[in-house]
Amino acid sequence: MASRAQKTSAAVKPKGHASCNGATKASRPASAGSASAGGPALSTDQLLELYRAMLRVRILDDRMITLQRQGRIGFYGACTGQEAATLGSAYALEPTDWIFPALREASAMLLRGFPLVPYLAQVFGNSADVTKGRQMPSHQAARAVNQVSWSSCIGTQLPQAVGAAMAARLKRDRTVFMAYMGDGATSASDFHVALNFAGVFKAPVVFVCQNNHWSISMRTDQQTASESIAIKAKAYGFPGVKVDGNDVEAVYAAAKTAVDRARRGEGPTLIEAETYRMGAHSTSDDPTRYRDPKEVELWKTRDPLDRLQARLLKLKVWDARRDEALRTELLGEINAAIKEAESYGPPADETMFEDLYAEVPWNILEQREEYLEYLRRAGPAARGDHA
Amino acid sequence: MPELMYREALNQALAEEMERDHRVFLMGEEVGRYNGAFKVSQGLLDRFGSARVVDAPISELGFAGLGTGAAMVGLRPVIEMMTWNFAILAMDQIVNNAAKLRHMSGGQLRCPIVFRGPTGIGGRLSSQHSQSLEAQYAHFPGLKVIFPGTPKDAKGLLKSAIRDENPVIMFEHEKLYSVKGEVPEGEYTIPIGEADVKREGKDVTLITYGRQVHFSLAAAEELAKNGIDAEVVDLRTIRPLDEERILESVKKTNRAVIVEEDWAFCGVGATVVDLIQSKAFDYLDAPVERVTQLPVSISYAANLEAAAEPSVPRIAEAVNKVLYRG
Repeated sequence: MASRAQKTSAAVKPKGHASCNGATKASRPASAGSASAGGPALSTDQLLELYRAMLRVRILDDRMITLQRQGRIGFYGACTGQEAATLGSAYALEPTDWIFPALREASAMLLRGFPLVPYLAQVFGNSADVTKGRQMPSHQAARAVNQVSWSSCIGTQLPQAVGAAMAARLKRDRTVFMAYMGDGATSASDFHVALNFAGVFKAPVVFVCQNNHWSISMRTDQQTASESIAIKAKAYGFPGVKVDGNDVEAVYAAAKTAVDRARRGEGPTLIEAETYRMGAHSTSDDPTRYRDPKEVELWKTRDPLDRLQARLLKLKVWDARRDEALRTELLGEINAAIKEAESYGPPADETMFEDLYAEVPWNILEQREEYLEYLRRAGPAARGDHA
Repeated sequence: MPELMYREALNQALAEEMERDHRVFLMGEEVGRYNGAFKVSQGLLDRFGSARVVDAPISELGFAGLGTGAAMVGLRPVIEMMTWNFAILAMDQIVNNAAKLRHMSGGQLRCPIVFRGPTGIGGRLSSQHSQSLEAQYAHFPGLKVIFPGTPKDAKGLLKSAIRDENPVIMFEHEKLYSVKGEVPEGEYTIPIGEADVKREGKDVTLITYGRQVHFSLAAAEELAKNGIDAEVVDLRTIRPLDEERILESVKKTNRAVIVEEDWAFCGVGATVVDLIQSKAFDYLDAPVERVTQLPVSISYAANLEAAAEPSVPRIAEAVNKVLYRG
């Protein structure tokens, strides 16, 4: 399987892959020999589980974009085309491990067992949202599955993940921290700081860069003059590896190798998963203004879902009938969950004063009482146009 | 009561809290082998080891972010900034992240962390080392801000900050590190959010914090020679403000002067004035006066530096003004 990863990666972008080998010879988990040499591989059942998870996210993202266009939700950042990179890497973690995601990895929470309805309630920002309507969509977070929210600031999650990883070591537990970023975030100081600290402290952290070729309208070569993102790890003294991010098995193999390495106390790894943002950066963006549609068409032929499906068909564990049935089942599940999630009322006004501090201080209590008194006096008109 | 320097009191607080709670660790530039740029962490590396006294590479945003992450998973980091001036780089981690994590996550995450370090006019260190940035941090819901003026308060407040469930920003005035004061023996803490009357008086209230506590006390002694009895209220905590103690004093003296080392515009004193005018307006016999740093960047030249900062004569003049004297 690992050699297959190398082959497909080379087919996608020969130059990039060659440069990766040059970057870190000692660190090519996904291509460090053939599957028979014992690289981490996925069983047929695991492949089927991942296919289901990836298809679920694909359908979910499609539905969310529609909801945003209908004005039912405010914003959405889909991971369409990047499902293998997101879910294949997260699949390598134990439930006790933590995820510090970027914009396109919220759905890893679903893979980790977080229920769909509260996940969707976050997108509506209503009373069933565990984050109480406080964060933009695609910023889901759940302590229950050890996944924090993406920070809109770009890259700030990276030093935090390193700090959390150092904390785990101090506590002498074996937790591994996976920190995600896009290619654009590798320009941010937080990226360099995080990699430097992780290298110096040998922190049990795995950095996963989803190089989807675009940071809003900027191409990767406008973000960096390096021959790859993986090669940057070399400067910080630990392995960097580039994988075909649309090959879920290659992503998993690289991630599992890196996670195991971190858990053994051997330090961090930077994984560059080369993939493609099939859709817009977010619902606030129109990529047809800056992107050649031919490029999108080319990447459609490398769709990670299609590729995994083809693999399953070839393994004779899947067929068109089952595929159709699964799509129908998932769409039904998602539509029912949307219906339920949307049915919850908005968060109560007074909840915005909660969680600023561990205990509500007297001055905030005072302002809350003043505000509630104003609401009682002024009635529904008090809230202005947005109610 | 034994006399300790401000830096020794802070050192005691750190050592005691690290002894008490194994989750507490210190990280920053030069905090380990070098014992801290201002020797606050003297001896801690030898005592607690390099896993808990962590010499960080030079990047404020880096170790602020690392600390934030460590706090999220249950540790209690104390992050030392070599100076708050350089920590402007770390504001993204402190303000956009640490201050908001609990709220953004709907209460699922916590961030018990202390960011601390020196601040203020340090003695001919020029504009990039001399700023008073407490008002900036005090602006943000989610943060608590403390600024002790004495060794006793420094120790007690740092201990409270380390035990607090929230991110706490602690300012330590550079010129206070070597100042001595009485520090009680044995275990004690000073609650965050409580001001302290450092000198009782009946004619006018001086509301102040940090190094200016000492200027204000000196001014009060000067004024006493002219028969003016000034009360000095040391805020100690800037956010949350101790409204009760401020108002109590102003209602008693009917006159107030705020003495602060930061700039006047949007400074801490502006909020104190707002509080007084909205809740004690009828008690005032004169408009509230403020003595602040002049609205310039601090110069290296000793005369220019001294001219820009609050001084005993300037405080005395403001007091005379609210008393309609002289």
